[in-house]
Amino acid sequence: MINDVWILATASLVAISCALVGVFLILRRQALMGDAISHSVLLGIVLAFLISESRSLPVMLAGAVIIGLITAWLSDTLHKVGKLQSDASIGIVFTLFFAIGVILISLYAGQVDLDQECVLYGEIAFVPFDTIIWGSSEQGLDIGPRAFWMISVVFVIVLASILVAFNRLQTVAFHPSLALSLGINVVFWHYFLMTLVSLTTVASFDAVGAILVVALLVIPASSAYLLASTLKNMLWLAVIYAQSAVLIGYALAYALDSAISASIAVTSGVLLGLTILGLQVHKIRLRRQGKATLLEKA
Amino acid sequence: MTQTTRPSPISVNNLNMRYQYKPVLTDVSFEIPEGKTIAIVGPNGAGKSTLLKGIMGLEPLMEGEVKFFGEPLAQKRLATAYVPQREEIDWDFPIKVMDVVLMGRHGQLKLWQRPSKLDHEIAEQALKDLQMWEFKDRQISQLSGGQQQRVFLARALAQQASLYLMDEPFAGVDVATEKAIIELFKNLKAQGKTIVCVHHDLNTVGEYFDWIIFINARLVAAGPVESVLTKENLNKTYGGRLSLLNDLTEQMYRTRLNQAHKHD
Repeated sequence: MINDVWILATASLVAISCALVGVFLILRRQALMGDAISHSVLLGIVLAFLISESRSLPVMLAGAVIIGLITAWLSDTLHKVGKLQSDASIGIVFTLFFAIGVILISLYAGQVDLDQECVLYGEIAFVPFDTIIWGSSEQGLDIGPRAFWMISVVFVIVLASILVAFNRLQTVAFHPSLALSLGINVVFWHYFLMTLVSLTTVASFDAVGAILVVALLVIPASSAYLLASTLKNMLWLAVIYAQSAVLIGYALAYALDSAISASIAVTSGVLLGLTILGLQVHKIRLRRQGKATLLEKA
Repeated sequence: MTQTTRPSPISVNNLNMRYQYKPVLTDVSFEIPEGKTIAIVGPNGAGKSTLLKGIMGLEPLMEGEVKFFGEPLAQKRLATAYVPQREEIDWDFPIKVMDVVLMGRHGQLKLWQRPSKLDHEIAEQALKDLQMWEFKDRQISQLSGGQQQRVFLARALAQQASLYLMDEPFAGVDVATEKAIIELFKNLKAQGKTIVCVHHDLNTVGEYFDWIIFINARLVAAGPVESVLTKENLNKTYGGRLSLLNDLTEQMYRTRLNQAHKHD
């Protein structure tokens, strides 16, 4: 029972953090960049572990942020200097980094506490068993799962960033040239957002893996985009979609005895589908009404 | 008059710009007077928008220097308001009219600060000046083209700048908006502010603007309408497309004539 609570709490924080960051990725048309960073942070984690031989939270987060920023910078440079298409350059960089990460894991399989399957798919059901012990290892206090604390820290960072820098993030997402003309440092905010994406994806790794985190970054934010009339609105809607996907997905996984993270991803996809369907029905109904009033007038 | 002692709102010196090795603008130099409406005119692909973006530091210069009131742009950012081309704006972005206008105030605010009551009042006045106040809670996607243009003009107005750079504000707008923009120009000029617009309509350029900068990859001419709006300059600027222009030039002489009579 207590395990269920940890799993649900972790999944909710993962989904909400991803949704909040995802809103800005969608609005800046950088969904692919989220995909890229979520994969290349694997290299960051492996390198951070091999260099420091520690799995502590700050080390993991730092490794992910550094590699995430390098991914963003290198993709941009390849696009500008190499004159490659921007989506092609992103695809080149992150697959390369991911592949290097995979090679390093298989080379140092004995030392790295990561297996390839877990990296790709994650396993949120195992989250409760990997806990942090506060104090000495024999008499310390078990304060709960590592994954939960990691995503909690990241969630607080993401939320605080959005609350403090809301206006800047809004202006930069809306119109970069306009932001530049107002003296806002657009490049800084770009890399700031990439930092948030790196933090979020690395903290989501244990729970949902590198592939499904993309679903959580993109889908709830996209559903929200379809309905929202303001940015604040869109952020709230994305959070509601994310949380609903977690609750329904968890129940679904329980009922079908299937993978939890996959069920959450599928649920958010279904919710998006329903939203599109609902909007289409609404549009058709409006059109019919419009025709009806026209006929009445005639 | 202290105007003569004050440095020009924009002085461009030996500006060169390229787009992927292709030269777009070569050796452009000019100075504009303060408190006037100034049009940047030239054929398609002449580099009008590029010039505006180069001046605003939105696209890199290969060479050259731009000074704002005798100082580099960094010192005069907030005194310079920019209105981008309508096609360059994501009109589906989830944002309301009022929030767009308040963006004009963000430059003055610190990162953590929210717009104050005064900021809201300034934004309100800007929207009222452009007859857009009743639309303040609309999402920008639910506006007509002309209304969208007015929202961006209100945003620039709320910045309370002394120099306004606009990229084709008259392109594809309705008559009401066109009138609103002309009214806005008058008000801004009365406050001694300077307006620079990329403009594509030769029929109205003599009527709406005091000054013209003719551009076609190079500077062709720059000066007051009375002295530079000549057949010779039009020929030089529009070159090969002259045959199409004969009617236009004639028409323009007529508008100038009409104007001259109006002033009498």
